[in-house]
Amino acid sequence: MISNQEILETITMIQNQNLDIRTITMGISLIDCMDADIGKSCEKVYAKIRRMAEKLVQTGEFLSKKYGIPIINKRVAVTPVSLLLGVSGGDPLRYARTMDDVARDIGIDFIGGFSALVQKGFAPGDRELIAAIPEALASTEKVCASVNVGSTRAGINLDAVRIMGEKILEAATLTRDRECMGAGKLVVFCNAVEDNPFMAGAFHGIGENDAALNVGVSGPGVVREAIRLAPPSASIAEIADIIKKTAFKITRMGQLIGNEASRELGVPFGIVDLSLAPTPAVGDSVAHIIEEIGIESCGGYGTTAALAILNDAVKKGGVMASSRVGGLSGAFIPVSEDAGMVAAVERGSLSVEKLEAMTAVCSVGLDMIVVPGDTTPDIIAGMIADEAAIGMVNGKTTAVRIIPAVGKGDGEGVRFGGLFGYGPVMKINRFSPAKFIARGGQIPAPIQSLKN
Amino acid sequence: MNAILSVIGKDTIGIVADVSVECAKYQANITDVSQSILGEYFAMIMVVNIDGLNVAFTDFVDRMKAVGKSKNLDIQVMHEDIFNSMHKI
Repeated sequence: MISNQEILETITMIQNQNLDIRTITMGISLIDCMDADIGKSCEKVYAKIRRMAEKLVQTGEFLSKKYGIPIINKRVAVTPVSLLLGVSGGDPLRYARTMDDVARDIGIDFIGGFSALVQKGFAPGDRELIAAIPEALASTEKVCASVNVGSTRAGINLDAVRIMGEKILEAATLTRDRECMGAGKLVVFCNAVEDNPFMAGAFHGIGENDAALNVGVSGPGVVREAIRLAPPSASIAEIADIIKKTAFKITRMGQLIGNEASRELGVPFGIVDLSLAPTPAVGDSVAHIIEEIGIESCGGYGTTAALAILNDAVKKGGVMASSRVGGLSGAFIPVSEDAGMVAAVERGSLSVEKLEAMTAVCSVGLDMIVVPGDTTPDIIAGMIADEAAIGMVNGKTTAVRIIPAVGKGDGEGVRFGGLFGYGPVMKINRFSPAKFIARGGQIPAPIQSLKN
Repeated sequence: MNAILSVIGKDTIGIVADVSVECAKYQANITDVSQSILGEYFAMIMVVNIDGLNVAFTDFVDRMKAVGKSKNLDIQVMHEDIFNSMHKI
């Protein structure tokens, strides 16, 4: 029998501490939609996504009501579109529009997979797709794009890094009338994972099932509250233990929703992403957890260590709670989506350099960071190269999602609204990496790539 | 199968009666009740069997919520599986 205390704990977690299921994401393979005729290919893409995901939103709402737990986003991730483009050729924007149309028609929040994997070089379709990303993001509403430019096995494609520096700026410029949102829907990865339910980097990898249902959980507020209730004398090992126990509970909820959704929709269950994903809501912040652990303001010395403890404990607690874990798993450290991070930036305790250091131990990377609008493509490429190098050498996923605030500078900010929040323009290092980036070619894979 | 029904709000006369009548209307069988007054607040947790519901479960959730709203109470109905999965290994 469940005790009253457990019942009240769950209700409090949901009502007061912003516990929610961040997303249920249906991954759909488009391999069988490939056609040499781009028109036919688009028709098949529309038909398959529509057929598979038609009831996704309805199912999400049903489960949300049944269990009394908010399910914030319903999303679809598809096979990287560059593969389809490689077969069909033609205008990549046609795929973007098809994705946007079907996403709108079935009522989902986002569709990811306008993507290319170019860590070791460009296959047919890759360059065309990447070139079309800014326009695709500007002319659609729900489409998200990602490009994988490096991996521990392959090294880093520096040509792709250079191009993405330009594309991020273009994406921001084309959407300057919409708070540069184009760049917010574009992620550059190193070691991208194939079953990630989180946008903007979600795509359905070619090693996946025909379709799979992945769940992303979120509960920074719950973790913070659990730490807050610990006695001040609690040692760091005890804090780690508290985080583990809390992560277990959060993840169990994700597992339940994943199983149920998978059964309702007749699509195999994929993974639970064991994540602490913040929202702009006060009390739902990863930065506040770090501060609760004992750092005066996020970004101060000790932040990276506290984040490492948090990230590890979340995985340890979560892995026992779910039969299949995957995705990005860990703590996300976006700036604009996290009220505590924004406050830390405004207080002057958190810089881009510290965020970069934190990415060595976090779930993903430099995320939702607003930089001055006059940042050059070379500097953006330099940031991508640094971040990709951290991922490559450490065998982890890293990513860059930065937003050049076109027309804005110091002291200003960009208000995205919704889950994307508000981002103050952050100071950056202006010394140029142009000569390095212009060298192009492939950064060799590190020695740990030779694992066989 | 059970659902957990929680009721929180300012204490007034007749809350237990109101909630029970609504449950009976939809054939939700109350199997356990625990109730207390915290300060001026009324807090009740009911376990109800929902096997014989005469409406869809989600409609039951909506209707109980609406009843709560009309009487200034916060009534939540949640399927018990969420508690079992979160708190039982």
